[in-house]
Amino acid sequence: MKDIVAVWWFGGDSRRVAWPNMRNILDLEGRLVGEAPIDIETTRRLYRALIETRAYDKKGTTLQRQGRLATYAPLLGQEAAQVGSAAALDPHDWMVATYRDAGAMWMQGYPWEVLLLSRSGDERGGRPPVHVDVLPPSITVGAHMIHAVGISWAEKLQGTDRIAITYFGDGATSEGDFHEAMNFAGVFKTPTVFLCQNNGYAISMPRERQTASDTIAQKADAYGMVGEQVDGNDLFAVYEATKEAVDRARAGEGATLIEAVTYRVGPHTTNDDPGRYRDPEEERLALDRDPIERVRRYLEHEGAWDADWEEAVQAKASTTIERAVELAESLLPPSPEDIFGAVYEEMSPDLRRQFEQVTS
Amino acid sequence: MSELTLAGALTDALATALDKDQRVLVIGEDVGQTGGVFRITDGLIGRFGDQRVIDTPVAESGIVGAAFGMAVAGLRPVAEIQFMGFSYPAYDQILSHVARIRNRSQHRFSAPMVIRMPCGGGFGAAEHHSESTEAIYAHIPGLKVVIPATPYDAKGLLLAAIDSPDPVIFLEPIRLYRLVREEVPEGYYTVEIGKARIETEGSDVSIITWGAMTHEVREAVEVLAADGISAEMVDLRTLRPLDEDAIIDSVQKTGRAVVVQEAPKTAGFGAEIAALIGERALYSLHAPVERVAGWDTTIPLKKAEHRYMPTTEAIVAAARRTLDA
Repeated sequence: MKDIVAVWWFGGDSRRVAWPNMRNILDLEGRLVGEAPIDIETTRRLYRALIETRAYDKKGTTLQRQGRLATYAPLLGQEAAQVGSAAALDPHDWMVATYRDAGAMWMQGYPWEVLLLSRSGDERGGRPPVHVDVLPPSITVGAHMIHAVGISWAEKLQGTDRIAITYFGDGATSEGDFHEAMNFAGVFKTPTVFLCQNNGYAISMPRERQTASDTIAQKADAYGMVGEQVDGNDLFAVYEATKEAVDRARAGEGATLIEAVTYRVGPHTTNDDPGRYRDPEEERLALDRDPIERVRRYLEHEGAWDADWEEAVQAKASTTIERAVELAESLLPPSPEDIFGAVYEEMSPDLRRQFEQVTS
Repeated sequence: MSELTLAGALTDALATALDKDQRVLVIGEDVGQTGGVFRITDGLIGRFGDQRVIDTPVAESGIVGAAFGMAVAGLRPVAEIQFMGFSYPAYDQILSHVARIRNRSQHRFSAPMVIRMPCGGGFGAAEHHSESTEAIYAHIPGLKVVIPATPYDAKGLLLAAIDSPDPVIFLEPIRLYRLVREEVPEGYYTVEIGKARIETEGSDVSIITWGAMTHEVREAVEVLAADGISAEMVDLRTLRPLDEDAIIDSVQKTGRAVVVQEAPKTAGFGAEIAALIGERALYSLHAPVERVAGWDTTIPLKKAEHRYMPTTEAIVAAARRTLDA
């Protein structure tokens, strides 16, 4: 069984790559091949989070099709990588993530309705509540990782125990800024967790076109930090690896690179057509590795799941997301004041002159 | 009061800020033990330690990106880029993130930070060491762009920049670093960002400039004065936010304008000034606005550089043309 789990369907050139050192705790059947890092009650809580994240994601795609959102980047298939890693954080930890990381951001306190706002083309979607230190999603690829380094470095300099996690994809590791971020984190031993969701594709290009490295995790070696590859569709493995990285960071032992191997089941965004560059068979096979079904089976084996509970969880998730949509859509569009008023802390005289042209 | 060069005034400003505010730190290449390639951070590491005066790997994007994170997390970093010509690897960080986080997060996060860059030519350096690309920074909403021309302004503007709630690109004209000494007050004071300075009042022609070109303009004003021409010298000090009123008031008074920049002419910041005068003071003009600028070439290396740099004579000639019109 272990061998089967370690063989990962990998996209693009349709070849199978075996990574024997990939951390794995739950197998495809939802059976433990290691020790569960969290108790049943916590697992049930995270299962609800997985379901809610998927409900949000499906709604995102639907709303975009209806013209109610701007471009949407589905995270379908990556729920465990996001929920499992974010679950290992303290509420006051920083998060610097991307347009495909709604699940992780929501786990850290970024409300669904604000995430929806950000995807609907509204600047106010970049403003989480005051106690939530999650930066608005980075749209440019790769430039944001160094921000997490700087943030966590500042916390270290100020003597707090706060750490920062940053999310990015396999494509982002090709950017020069990935190198600079990893290098600074290594040199200054910043309390940073680099969480790479290797979902197999950067838009149309498979991981093999991003790097000739066998794994992304091994890049950590070059920066003098710990690197580890985990099965990104295994909630327990992602949680455990992230928790260890977070603990190391908090203990002053520096940064970690985690490569969570997952699969982007959907298109890059709602504007993308994966049929142009990959075999649909791949997406079908990915369903066998569904990260949520695996947890469901585990809970069932443990006698902690039944159909009634499932129905209640699904219904609650649906209601929650519907309410978030209502909230997001109840807002009037941003005013000129919102736009002109947020360039600087105070509107400069030259800007005010333009603002008055718009509002007069 | 002590007699300081512009470089010395900047060092004094950094020491004053580091002393006054625990959130302030200096970060960049060779800023520690060496005191920076121009020695602007000289002595600071000894006084404030290597946690507040931080030598980094050679990585401009990393320096600015890390400083951005620090600013978001509540510190007040002052990042040094060794030369303006080396700032472009960091341009994406500056343009896409530093300048935008306040808007992107609707004030929830901000980046109060300073990015210092020595700029300008005229000293025969290697390629990329003599850049005047202020326009590519002044073009970006969310940034403030400051360029002092005197020791007094250098200290006061840098302290104001460090206190600014918004990011500031702080340009330091290399040619002026050690050109003159001036009385500079001890301790803390600021010069308001966004306010131009009328160095010499005049009634016949306004000469508007910034940075190192103030030196040539000052000479030109003297040459013109000897000829009985009263030129008003406007040192912008801040390119963004631009002190539009100071420019317009001056031009409405004199009816003539010469804009002087070291940067290549086309799409330079001087074009913005000329356009502004056209929009707001056209009917006060007795002559077309003159621009004195570098040629639209890459700034030449040492042997031909003097052919590029705008001269006192060229400024005088331009001023005379406005009077002859």
